[in-house]
Amino acid sequence: MNRRHLTLALTLSLTTLLGTAACGKKQAVPDIKIGLIAELSGDIPAVGASCKNAAEMAVAEINLEGGVTVAGQKHGLRLVVDDSAAKADQAASAAQKLITQDEVLAVVGPNASLGAIPAAQIAEQASVLLITPWSTNPKTTLDATTNQPKKWVFRACFNDLFQGTVLAKFAVDYMHKHKAAVLYDVSSEAPKGQAELFKKDFEANGGTVVAFETYTTGDRDFTAQLTKIKAAGPELVFLPAYYTDVPLQMQQAHRLGLDVPFLGSDTWSSPELIKLAGADAEGAFFSNHYSASAKNEITGTFVVSYKKRYGQEPDDVAALTYDAFRLLQKALNNATALDRAAVRNAFAKISDYTGVTGKMTFKPGSGDPVKSAVMMKISGGKFTWVTNVDPD
Amino acid sequence: MIYTLQQALNALQLGSLYALIALGYTMVYGVLTMINFAHGDVFMVGAFVACLTARHLGLPFVPVLLIAMAATALLGASLERVAYRPLRNAPKMSSVITALGCGLVLENVTLWKYPYPQTFPPLLANRGFHFAGLFVSSVQILIVGIAAALMVGLDLLVRRSKWGLAMRAVSWDRAIVPLMGVPVDRVISVTFAIGAALGGAAGVLYGVAYPVIDPSMGVLVGWKAFISAVVGGIGNLRGAMLGGFILGGLEVMVAAFLPSTYRDFVAFTLLLVLLVVRPHGLLGRPIPQKV
Repeated sequence: MNRRHLTLALTLSLTTLLGTAACGKKQAVPDIKIGLIAELSGDIPAVGASCKNAAEMAVAEINLEGGVTVAGQKHGLRLVVDDSAAKADQAASAAQKLITQDEVLAVVGPNASLGAIPAAQIAEQASVLLITPWSTNPKTTLDATTNQPKKWVFRACFNDLFQGTVLAKFAVDYMHKHKAAVLYDVSSEAPKGQAELFKKDFEANGGTVVAFETYTTGDRDFTAQLTKIKAAGPELVFLPAYYTDVPLQMQQAHRLGLDVPFLGSDTWSSPELIKLAGADAEGAFFSNHYSASAKNEITGTFVVSYKKRYGQEPDDVAALTYDAFRLLQKALNNATALDRAAVRNAFAKISDYTGVTGKMTFKPGSGDPVKSAVMMKISGGKFTWVTNVDPD
Repeated sequence: MIYTLQQALNALQLGSLYALIALGYTMVYGVLTMINFAHGDVFMVGAFVACLTARHLGLPFVPVLLIAMAATALLGASLERVAYRPLRNAPKMSSVITALGCGLVLENVTLWKYPYPQTFPPLLANRGFHFAGLFVSSVQILIVGIAAALMVGLDLLVRRSKWGLAMRAVSWDRAIVPLMGVPVDRVISVTFAIGAALGGAAGVLYGVAYPVIDPSMGVLVGWKAFISAVVGGIGNLRGAMLGGFILGGLEVMVAAFLPSTYRDFVAFTLLLVLLVVRPHGLLGRPIPQKV
């Protein structure tokens, strides 16, 4: 008897509890789910970590500011994170999963072009807004068959058509080098595109490419290619490669007695590069999306709060991810309804925006912002600012 | 000419590393006719053990090399005891899949502790020498020298010592040998330990040569070493060494004289052709199937 009473009381109280909980949920406005695809494992985990850190910080800040207002209704943001492992197939399945299973409103990422290109293709087919913070390969925002801009894909960074001209001009006009050698990973989209575009622009600027050598992802021995490059007698070696390969290439070049300046692209920007390469990286130049030491209010505030939160200086992936979320916030606030198409249309209407990585202008019908690049130098174990290069 | 010699030196360095790792595959195949696909990851563990002992204990090169070899020997023998011995009489496929699984476990445990690529401490001061127009670095000489010493040592051990005799006997006929009083289990353990120690040593030398190490470094290198062992004739020690130098030489020379984009394509096509001509590898002998 006693026991039955107890059971009854328990059941009753549980039902009440559940009821109130359910009611509480019903009254609150659901959070908007944003998918994030980052390179958390695989060859370039530092890129994924920066992206995830910045995304979490941006979402926390936006929610603290009261969230976004879509069509008169306030919503919080919620991140759904998935790992691309810096691989094309995993990036594609992550995009597929976020879009169909998690039903996110929009996707941010992936960063590495080899993952961003297939993920962008999936977002385009599924009609979901995708913003890649760091993928610079032109193919990310272009349709593979028609070569027209994709409707649903945007990026927060400049693309390699611009980066190629910046690097070629810098090599000729600033470094005064006219004979360059290139060593790149033929199986990775961003480095491959950068190598080809640099070659084209460097030759257009009056330089000659004396050696154009390749390797494949996972290679650790570059001595054959570097010996060949040394024999060709370049004045400069262009190494568009991620931070795991570049230190080995620099070190092996020095061991082989190849002592010419190195030039790199935004693929270098992780501080891990300096940690791994040490003295071998001294004096090298590379192009980047922003400088953490830039003296303006937006960048300054971002750098200070990122440092406070994570104890390290934000690299360009972090800065671009943050900008991608702030752009998305603007689009959500301007959206006329809470659906994927309305958010995409609001995003496409953004023409000017000033973020952590500077001023960007979106031309109508293009997912690529027009913005400045920064040339950096590695000196004293640090990335130091050299010059800004504005688009024409 | 100088250029060719310079590239030959590069090939020698890469080839001796492949050869050292290939020995581990071929030794295990010799005694058990099983392919130990975890060997590439044992190689990776060797590099990590060396990296950590050098970083945290501040030891110089020789003790670091010995510790890494001891650790991987223990790891190799334990893998055999825990994972492969219970499956010795099961179908071959079971132990091959178990080996793949063991490799994944080693990789992911390391990944969990060290998700980022690590810098391998500079254990040896690097100095470059100009010698008759060639540019030779001290690291290069040392890698080739140590690898050669280890290979000669192994060859002597297998051909001259009692343990070597026992290994050859087990590989000859595992069913009959125990009747002669040879402790088969212990011989197999020792074989695994030696193979793994050579893989560990290769890991240390690899770290010295290419000082950025990461948990997946053993995958690609492991595959290439396995291919070397097959090309040389799997089960044959001198064949594995030969295969390693052939693969290293092909990779470097194709990149040196043809556009480097063709490297893997040309190198592996040539190896395939070789296997078509000699299906049992260069020094391998066809094993008659007993019915």
